[in-house]
Amino acid sequence: MSVLILGATSRIAQQLAHRFGEAGHAIFVAARDADEAARIAADVAVRYRVPTASAGFDARAFEGHPAFVADVEAQLGALEVAIIAFGDMGAGPTADFADAHRVIDVNFTGAASIAEAVATVMEARGDGSIIGLTSVAGDRGRQSNYVYGSAKGAFGLYLQGLRNRLFSKGVHVMTVKLGFVDTRMTFGMETGLPVASPEAVSRALFRAWERREDALYYPRFWGGIMGVIKAIPERIFKRLSL
Amino acid sequence: MERWSELELHGWGRYPRLRSACTRPERVSEVHAALADRGADPLLAHGLGRSYGDAALLEGGKVVLTRRLDRMLDFDPATGWVRCEAGVSIEDLVNTFLPRGFFPPVVPGTQFVTLGGAIANDIHGKNHHVDGTFCDHIRRVELLTAAGAVVVCDADHEPELFWATVGGLGLTGLILSCELKLVPVAGPLIEMESVRVENLDHFFAVSAESAAFTHTVSWIDCVARGKSMGRGIFMRGRHAAAGAQASPGVLGGVIDAVSPLMQVPMDAPNWLMNKLTMRLFNEAYYRKQPHGTTAQISHYAPFFFPLDFVRDWNRVYGDRGLLQYQLVVPPDPQHRAIRQVLEAITETGMGSFLAVIKEFGDRAHPGLSFPQPGVTLALDFPNHGRPLLDLLDRLDRVVLDAGGRVYLGKDARLSRAAFEQMYPDLDRWRGVRDRWDPQHVFQSSLGRRLGLSGVRR
Ligand SMILES: Cc1cc2nc3c(=O)[nH]c(=O)nc-3n(C[C@H](O)[C@H](O)[C@H](O)COP(=O)(O)OP(=O)(O)OC[C@H]3O[C@@H](n4cnc5c(N)ncnc54)[C@H](O)[C@@H]3O)c2cc1C
Ligand SMILES: NC(=O)c1ccc[n+]([C@@H]2O[C@H](COP(=O)([O-])OP(=O)(O)OC[C@H]3O[C@@H](n4cnc5c(N)ncnc54)[C@H](OP(=O)(O)O)[C@@H]3O)[C@@H](O)[C@H]2O)c1
Repeated sequence: MSVLILGATSRIAQQLAHRFGEAGHAIFVAARDADEAARIAADVAVRYRVPTASAGFDARAFEGHPAFVADVEAQLGALEVAIIAFGDMGAGPTADFADAHRVIDVNFTGAASIAEAVATVMEARGDGSIIGLTSVAGDRGRQSNYVYGSAKGAFGLYLQGLRNRLFSKGVHVMTVKLGFVDTRMTFGMETGLPVASPEAVSRALFRAWERREDALYYPRFWGGIMGVIKAIPERIFKRLSL
Repeated sequence: MERWSELELHGWGRYPRLRSACTRPERVSEVHAALADRGADPLLAHGLGRSYGDAALLEGGKVVLTRRLDRMLDFDPATGWVRCEAGVSIEDLVNTFLPRGFFPPVVPGTQFVTLGGAIANDIHGKNHHVDGTFCDHIRRVELLTAAGAVVVCDADHEPELFWATVGGLGLTGLILSCELKLVPVAGPLIEMESVRVENLDHFFAVSAESAAFTHTVSWIDCVARGKSMGRGIFMRGRHAAAGAQASPGVLGGVIDAVSPLMQVPMDAPNWLMNKLTMRLFNEAYYRKQPHGTTAQISHYAPFFFPLDFVRDWNRVYGDRGLLQYQLVVPPDPQHRAIRQVLEAITETGMGSFLAVIKEFGDRAHPGLSFPQPGVTLALDFPNHGRPLLDLLDRLDRVVLDAGGRVYLGKDARLSRAAFEQMYPDLDRWRGVRDRWDPQHVFQSSLGRRLGLSGVRR
């Protein structure tokens, strides 16, 4: 049974590849940087002695996504799990709209596009899991990152709907809302809050997948924090500098 | 996403602590980008920071943290050759390959070191007398040079660069990957013996009769003086054969369960490590071992990496930090230099608990590699400031007179003059390095102190 990792150059994604490889699954490594994807596939193969393959993958090459999924299945067999790990934080709301456009394309449109392609084959087979990585930034819009946040939030809503659609077909959909994780995105940032290691994230997600959870926050305490943040009335929230 | 972040870095001794702009690449192209984006600043690789002093530091420069460059690229189970990125750790190698019957050929006293760091300091282990240093088991290194080129070097291709890079302190370029030969083992167990040694002469006698053991090392009580000077506990062992059973009550079985619990959560007060506590620690440890020899079958971890069971143990020395001084002196039937060193330490009362003595094999290692035939002594000292620095200068003279040297991977204070007398291959090494890095793009604070870097900028 094979596991497709999309956006595999992310450290979180790589650690997830390790967890599934460790458990004996064949791993397909997909990333924009095809050379690096090949190195990651080699790493998983050396460490866990499972079949691996790799290919270049661009979240924004929407039209190619169905063919891409067919290609993955042709190489490693039926897809059991697809993990949508890619993401793009962008330069922030002050950048030009081209930046915002790309952020929306990657985090929402591209994610939905590849999820649709995967859902189609899994639905037909009546089996599989789709795991999407989104962010606590998607829970409430804030001036510092609302383009990224809204795209992630939209992806979260999309996954909710997809879960509802695929539940009766036996396909599992899991939404992961991440808080701060120690990756390239956050290196050197003053977060003021504990930062999770990518390895800890991967272990928690793997366990959650085994239990076929619908949605989770990780680190878990973010569920509480976002509960409070979502409860602040808009007339107060709009005055805060967050 | 900013590439460079200002961070304060330090080695395992937590002295000195220096600021630099750091980046943490997660793939090879980001290493190239870091080199291109360093501006006018020099650059240095930093692995897991287990060098004690300033070998992995570069004050005011740009530092590349390599720990996320940790892909294993190829492994041949027929021969044991493995090709890995330089940020792979010994711990990672052991966890990956021990279940398949392979172990790293040479390991230091901690498993938290990277392959890049192990090569740059050409590290040695308890089996030096049989198997030489780490780099004796490295056949090829892939190096990012100052010019931005990737050069694969080995005994046939760019042999000079290979020669200068093993034990090259990170100053010839940034190691991207290497090929290392793992050795086959039957399992995780070590057949070992502990021998209580009564004094220095006894240590050498036991060492001489331990030739049948691939791994030897001795803890030495550096507080004891007079007739007991050099007393300690000699440990010798080898990878156990198939079918061996761990001795009952051996730490190994439980250790995995308890080790995450043992951690020094914050700095101990500086006074904790004082003359009285040192005397008590040493006495108690020595008494723990009964007279004579005890044999047991142990798990590899307490044998190779006893200190790893307490995370951040360096913090017991307090916020002033610690210095380690490791020396090697050529064989001498009277062991005069070792005696002088131990006498100087007991005289000043600055000794500590962690002191280790071992006889190296007679393999000579070229370039800036530390090991040479003779006996090596490694000593930890709480950072007493000036009086300690004076003592260490005194020890340098003893070592120099005896034709020995100190280990740069542990050093934070050696003078340039002393260094230049200790490493006779220095000029040749400099010649090779200057050919590959004429501008001294790769520098370290240690290199600057010793006159290796920055002289011509
Ligand atoms: C408890 C303990 C026990 C030890 N026991 C031993 C022992 O028994 N024998 C022994 O020999 N040493 C021993 N050491 C020292 C340790 O093995 C060395 O200092 C080793 O180099 C540390 O590796 P690191 O990854 O932490 O490297 P760092 O300390 O981070 O760096 C060491 C050097 O390697 C260079 N470097 C790191 N990565 C690269 C790279 N990719 N390319 C180029 N240069 C690079 C750095 O620039 C620096 O010069 C011990 C240390 C500790 C803390
Ligand atoms: N780190 C955090 O604190 C945090 C918090 C909340 C959510 N997340 C989410 O966690 C996921 C992993 O992020 P990370 O922290 O590991 O950061 P990262 O290293 O920057 O990972 C982002 C990944 O997305 C890929 N990507 C970007 N644009 C792409 C495109 N057009 N097509 C294909 N792949 C593309 C990147 O590929 P390239 O390597 O080619 O650039 C990279 O692999 C992301 O979805 C992120 O939004 C992270």
